[in-house]
Amino acid sequence: MATGTDLPPSHRPPRAGGVHGPSRAAIAARHLRTDRWWLSPAGTAAGLLAFIAYSTWRAFANADYYAAPYVSPFYSPCLAENCKEMRGGPNLDVFGSWWGLSPALLILIFPLGFRLTCYYYRKAYYRGFWASPPACAVAEPHTAYTGETRFPLVLQNLHRYFFYAALPVAGILTYDTVLAFRNDRYEWGHMGLGTLVFLVNIVLIWAYTLSCHSCRHIIGGRLKHFSEHPVRYRLWGWVSRLNARHMQLAWASLISVALCDLYVYLVASGAFTDPRIF
Amino acid sequence: MAQVDRQQWDVVVVGAGGAGLRAAIEARERGARTAVICKSLFGKAHTVMAEGGIAASMGNVNEGDNWQVHFRDTMRGGKFLNQWRMAELHAKEAPDRVWELETWGALFDRTPDGKISQRNFGGHEYPRLAHVGDRTGLELIRTLQQKIVALQQQDFKEYGDYEARLKVFQECTVTRVLKDGEKVSGAFCYERETGRFFVLEAPAVVLATGGIGKSFKTTSNSWEYTGDGHALALLAGAPLLNMEFVQFHPTGMVWPPSVKGILVTESVRGDGGVLRNSEGKRFMFDYVPDVFKEKYAQSEDEGDRWYEDPDNNRRPPELLPRDEVARAINSEVKAGRGSPHGGVFLDVSTRMSAETIKRRLPSMYHQFKELADVDITAEAMEVGPTCHYVMGGIAVESDTAATVGVPGLFAAGEVAGGMHGSNRLGGNSLSDLLVFGRRAGLHAAQYASALAAPPAVSQAEVDAAAAEALAPFHADDGAENPYTLHQELQTTMNDLVGIIRREGEMAEALERLRGLRARAARAGVEGHRQFNPGWHLALDLRNMLLVSECVARAALERTESRGGHTREDCPSMERDWRPVNLLCRLLEPAPADGPDADRIRLERTRTEPIRPDLLALFEKDELAKYLAEEELYE
Amino acid sequence: MTTYDARFRIWRGDAEGGGLRDFTVEVNDGEVVLDIVHRLQATQASDLAVRWNCKAGKCGSCSAEVNGRPRLMCMTRMSTFSREETITVTPLRAFPVIRDLVTDVSFNYSKAREVPAFVPPPGVAAGAYRMQQVDVERSQEFRKCIECFLCQDTCHVVRDHEENKSAFAGPRFLMRVAELDMHPLDAAAGEGLDRKRTAQEQHGLGYCNITKCCTEVCPEGIKITDNALIPLKERAVDRKYDPLVWLGNKIRRRSQP
Repeated sequence: MATGTDLPPSHRPPRAGGVHGPSRAAIAARHLRTDRWWLSPAGTAAGLLAFIAYSTWRAFANADYYAAPYVSPFYSPCLAENCKEMRGGPNLDVFGSWWGLSPALLILIFPLGFRLTCYYYRKAYYRGFWASPPACAVAEPHTAYTGETRFPLVLQNLHRYFFYAALPVAGILTYDTVLAFRNDRYEWGHMGLGTLVFLVNIVLIWAYTLSCHSCRHIIGGRLKHFSEHPVRYRLWGWVSRLNARHMQLAWASLISVALCDLYVYLVASGAFTDPRIF
Repeated sequence: MAQVDRQQWDVVVVGAGGAGLRAAIEARERGARTAVICKSLFGKAHTVMAEGGIAASMGNVNEGDNWQVHFRDTMRGGKFLNQWRMAELHAKEAPDRVWELETWGALFDRTPDGKISQRNFGGHEYPRLAHVGDRTGLELIRTLQQKIVALQQQDFKEYGDYEARLKVFQECTVTRVLKDGEKVSGAFCYERETGRFFVLEAPAVVLATGGIGKSFKTTSNSWEYTGDGHALALLAGAPLLNMEFVQFHPTGMVWPPSVKGILVTESVRGDGGVLRNSEGKRFMFDYVPDVFKEKYAQSEDEGDRWYEDPDNNRRPPELLPRDEVARAINSEVKAGRGSPHGGVFLDVSTRMSAETIKRRLPSMYHQFKELADVDITAEAMEVGPTCHYVMGGIAVESDTAATVGVPGLFAAGEVAGGMHGSNRLGGNSLSDLLVFGRRAGLHAAQYASALAAPPAVSQAEVDAAAAEALAPFHADDGAENPYTLHQELQTTMNDLVGIIRREGEMAEALERLRGLRARAARAGVEGHRQFNPGWHLALDLRNMLLVSECVARAALERTESRGGHTREDCPSMERDWRPVNLLCRLLEPAPADGPDADRIRLERTRTEPIRPDLLALFEKDELAKYLAEEELYE
Repeated sequence: MTTYDARFRIWRGDAEGGGLRDFTVEVNDGEVVLDIVHRLQATQASDLAVRWNCKAGKCGSCSAEVNGRPRLMCMTRMSTFSREETITVTPLRAFPVIRDLVTDVSFNYSKAREVPAFVPPPGVAAGAYRMQQVDVERSQEFRKCIECFLCQDTCHVVRDHEENKSAFAGPRFLMRVAELDMHPLDAAAGEGLDRKRTAQEQHGLGYCNITKCCTEVCPEGIKITDNALIPLKERAVDRKYDPLVWLGNKIRRRSQP
């Protein structure tokens, strides 16, 4: 049992920066956490990687993205000449014939930018991929850190412009969902299992988009006096409640959009027949 | 000869709670170069524990409120023993002191028309407490702290040095107020971090060190509350006033043991919490004393209606002054009608929705959830009395906060006596800090600037102070453990000079204190001077022992029950005792017959007659219940 | 009342060096880590240095790292650990150590001084302040802060990079900037002080990569990241990355001689 102050000769760890800096308490370990702190960043990284792998494959595939009346959210709106014909669907030949690659690449840039600069995803990949930091009070492996003060990470400040762009995209996906109330002969007033998948997806997409921190700011967060703007204050309150769930919505909508695409792929490739409800 | 660093200041403020910081702000704004010295980090003072609010008759919620009503409530609460001029100044100036906080950035809860919201509290006739949820003390400290920083930023612009005219010496302790003849000349201090001694030379010293709760076992007070200011004043030759009056807050936590004593804010009752015994009975209806019979509800129905319609109903007896409620709880527990862990039940869950409780009492919800695993939105709390506040303190001049008999020494806040009489109303402490903190700072600055030449600090006095502070390192074999001594002191005071007092027990307490004094002289510590808590405690023991002796001696002398002083053997309030003040003075020179000798002598003085226009604020009948026969006919 | 002996490892030492020391100490029902540290002081190590005050989670003095996580010792109940577990207590690892569990937190006090104070609205007398509850609530949340500095301790920007300490105010004081910027009556703008801009240019807001550790450790449950830091970043965007504002500023600057 240790008493008094006669400390045995201390074994000084090799001093370096951060928690091993010369003025800090001499503790050799990078951290002393006893819980499974690595689980969360590892899970995050695995989930994001899985989505990246899947979406890259699907975005470059340039096939099996339309099965009347469903269009994959990865390919909507479809803006090149090489798009599949989708009756009533949002395919406008904006880019013409010179675009030879998958038309998904033209449009995915917007949701990708929106999610890449999202305040939640930033946390997720800074922790999961960059280990900056890997978890709270776990020393990060980098010797220097400038955060979001310099190029390219200073561009994270553009999040709100991607939010503006995400609004019409979500609008078009809503339109796609309306179109899903047709059958494969384009007759209105029908529903299949796919319609339900689209419905769930579009609700989650909107919830994620509107729960965005930039949206919260624009709606009302920027005001100094809520009391002078009662309507915006009420809207801000709603967005704030959604915003508290931003992480959950980010994951849910990421999964739902992938499932939505997978559903279209399965139907379009003939692996599965869309069960009709009415 | 001790080589110690010396610095020159105009005003030294000891203590960085509400009173100390307010004093420092005032002194600095009056042009005095001001040093603040505190035992903890800047911003950690015990004031942060104050929950309910700041009492000030702004009349924002009920327009009927004004300073006269506030004065009346304060005098009634203190059972007319208050230094009436202090109560008057306090009631008059409190609103200005609260409004001033807003100009420094404080954010109180608001009324619908945008004014500062005010809440009900025990003993206050109208909703009067400006508050921020239940963390008002934190708001007060943070606002004053940020005002100090704002002043330092000004100085930085002007002089390039943040600390040119206002400096906070944090984690430092004062062990002696130094004097040049009659006059104050400075303070002897040590830095807790390094153990290094230093002297702050200053013609004016403001004591704002708070209370004495750490001499009791069950207390809501933090480790800092060791009666330092009381002892420093005594040792400097100033008397302490009415030290027998110690407030036991009726509702402290009783379980688990490690948090026993931690405060449960009075707002719980102010917002509708009810007290019940183990039989489920709202027992407070049985404990309304005669002097309050007309002011409190006689039935549960009426009490319940009061929350909605205060103009046509009387308030429930849960909102009686603290001394009454504490005694009632004590009696219920003694009669075997207590809760499993020796308290009674305090319940808000039946009166308010879970949402409302979490919004109005967030830190209470948090505190019970985290520390006792009790969800107060669903079940009752167990509560019991805890040592909370000392009404007695350094005798001061009402207007200037100057101590009696020591030129240059000022006192404000809990360490000063008189303002609250025999019992303090909830909410009156934060306003007390602001009103008299400001006055102390103002008059200290004026005193310092009016002095022709600053008094000198003699090397002999510094050497003596250094030797005294180092004594625990030179204890012989068989040295006493300061922690053990402290625990024995706390048990002695808690059990023998606690909430209910008896002559024999107090005599025994004085006997035990003699033994503890002798042993404390042999207290020893190991290790070195760098951040050594054992050493710090050994030095604080001197203060706690001095103050405890004052409390026990005064309590033995006052043969009546009044406010925070309850004698089982003299159970009633005696009008003849109303005009009597008990002053404790240090016996000087120290008695030669060893360290266990008594150090304190008592002196009876008469209170100053209450000014007629203030007396006229009360009904004749009411005065007849309080004032001594001869006072009534004067 | 049940009692058992727990194993503790407590860091003892000072700036010169030190290490984890083993103790075996009694634990009773309902106790918190700070109780155990006090028992060690009273029975085994009278000079064990520790800061504490209120012991009720209100003053923010007893900050330390328990099993590697920044916590208030008074709010860490022993019942959250198993009886077999060895509990490790160290000082805060982002600040210079003084002795045992006590660190030098002066970094925080110097940062506090760098944030310009509340500017009272000119022409409004004390007592005439009118504010609506909905307008003060956001800043009130930030004023719940007890300055335990756990957020400052856990923030990797300074914890892992000493060199950033001069440029970065840390979550606590960026939150203070947000508090003042959201204060309904703060008149800083009238004095030419743009808190939205200085948050980024002087207090290092850009260093924050919103990994939310500050929010995770806050004992008061303040949503530091979501309610203070991100809104502040958005306010900085209003000033600095909004093309219309940028263009407007350019034109105005050109039109001035």
